[in-house]
Amino acid sequence: MRPLELLKLSIETFRTHKLRSSLTVLGIIIGVMTVIAIISLIQGMNYEVERQISSLGSNTIFLQKISWGMGRLDFEELARRPDLTHADAVAIAGLPGIARVGVTRARQIPKIVWHGNKVTDVELQGTTPSFSAIHNYEVETGRFLNSDDSLRKHQVCVIGGYIIDNLFPNHNPLGKRLTIEGKSFTVVGTLVRKGSFLGQSQDNVILVPITTFEKSFSAGRGVGEIMHSLSIMIQPRRGYPVERAVDEVRELMRRRHGLAYNKPDDFGINTQDTIREIYQNITRVAYIVMIAVAAISLLVGGIGIMNIMLVAVTERTREIGLRKALGATNQNILWQFLLESVMLSLVGGAVGIAVGMGLAKLVEVLAHLKAAAPFWTIALGFGFSASVGIFFGIYPASRAAKLNPIEALRYE
Amino acid sequence: MLIRTEKLTKVYCAGTVEVRALDGVDLEVEAGEYVALMGASGSGKSTLMHLLGCLDTPTSGRYWFNGADISSLPDENLARLRNREIGFVFQSFNLLARLSAIANVQLPMVYAGVGPKERRARAEELLELVGLRDRARHRPNELSGGEMQRVAVARALANRPRLLLADEPTGNLDSRTGREIMALFDSLANQGNTVLLVTHDQTVADHARRIVRLSDGRIVA
Repeated sequence: MRPLELLKLSIETFRTHKLRSSLTVLGIIIGVMTVIAIISLIQGMNYEVERQISSLGSNTIFLQKISWGMGRLDFEELARRPDLTHADAVAIAGLPGIARVGVTRARQIPKIVWHGNKVTDVELQGTTPSFSAIHNYEVETGRFLNSDDSLRKHQVCVIGGYIIDNLFPNHNPLGKRLTIEGKSFTVVGTLVRKGSFLGQSQDNVILVPITTFEKSFSAGRGVGEIMHSLSIMIQPRRGYPVERAVDEVRELMRRRHGLAYNKPDDFGINTQDTIREIYQNITRVAYIVMIAVAAISLLVGGIGIMNIMLVAVTERTREIGLRKALGATNQNILWQFLLESVMLSLVGGAVGIAVGMGLAKLVEVLAHLKAAAPFWTIALGFGFSASVGIFFGIYPASRAAKLNPIEALRYE
Repeated sequence: MLIRTEKLTKVYCAGTVEVRALDGVDLEVEAGEYVALMGASGSGKSTLMHLLGCLDTPTSGRYWFNGADISSLPDENLARLRNREIGFVFQSFNLLARLSAIANVQLPMVYAGVGPKERRARAEELLELVGLRDRARHRPNELSGGEMQRVAVARALANRPRLLLADEPTGNLDSRTGREIMALFDSLANQGNTVLLVTHDQTVADHARRIVRLSDGRIVA
């Protein structure tokens, strides 16, 4: 028997049992859909996060009061930690492997108004001129903060694209004065846009000299206090191993804080790898959840297919008997039913892939998150559904193949 | 010699009871013969037909088909024999309801691996032979009983089998259509086909040139 004839046979069930077939493959559709949607979202997120991480500057070390991703925050322990100081920054700058050191303090500004326009939840950062080099911030118009601003505590600021769009839609922002929590700042420069990350604009930012920041704003409490505390950004010399720089900074800071050898760090050293690790932990959980959901629905879908194939074998007992009498071998019958179940699950897989990609696209549009379905996810979807079809189709098919032709022909 | 059996025996186990459905049958059929296999129900004629049609294997005894001993062939070879050498006609027609008349006729050729073009031509030729050329596209439920049995006869002839096996071919037909079907078998036998009729109906058996009577699993005449 020719393979093509078998294929034609296997498609026939869709023509004769449209509703039954579509209900049967629902489980497969849901399973494959989940896999495709989640993979393409995670892939899109991976891409975005990697872009973000590298935009931090590939080898920047962040010395802060807390470690990123340290889990539940112990605020009491945090409160006992000494603040980082400008002197720490100066000491670190003196290490042989370090090229550049910058400092920042941050503050969330709930609302800034200019001539009736407003922006909310602005990230205000006090920083030094080296910030732009370390952080890949580029100036679009005007100038960046300079050492003169820091020295003389000038009331000047550099603003991000989001601020320009929302406060100065029809004006050149340069030279305009902004009132931030009662203090007046002159706009001296604008930043090249960075776009948004996870639906949040990264251009909703205002930079001011660190000295001006310290003069104008006092620390808040709780999380605000942690945000307000000094962060030190450290860039090792070109070619200097980041891990070695991290070790040297840790050693220096432990000495400066007078920590005994058996005491844990009372500061956090964060690098790109820290973020990557946190992110990978999150996506690992997402993958596990996805695999569980997909496995369950594929199992349920597979059982549905097995059930319907057993029904089909019983329904078509006479047909099987007749086909055997006319010369069908056991293998012909086996393949006929096996291909039918594989066809069912492949159609389910195809629909699942389409719906899953559609779903990912929908999330992309709604959440401004890039979705990417690489070719291998499609192959994976088809592979999954085909194996379900084979696994759950083999038993009904072998039952059909083993039917005794005489008894099958007599079956009513 | 197309068919030769020697002490062909089939024993079924119905629970603890052994049923000797066929008990040492010696039968010879020459190529081109027109034979009727007669007997009451339970006489073993269906069992003999299943064995001769390679649908089943004997408990003991031997069966030579066209000179080859096929008493203990594996399933695959029996399927091939059924496909190429034997044409079945059943009492209840056994057409596939989803398929048109011409597709039903093509079925044995599908399993023989005949190409679509050749299959179609051969099926048209066969439908012409049984007088149903203009009904080729009809589904079984659009055909009368006599027409369905003609399609079944056409299907049985598809792979030019050496043996035509008909099991009560007129059992589900009224007497007039039954006579038409028997006329068809007569003409097929006259054209040189070997035809074996299984029946309990004397008027049907009378069409054959030789009658073999079975009773309690043995040939009695």
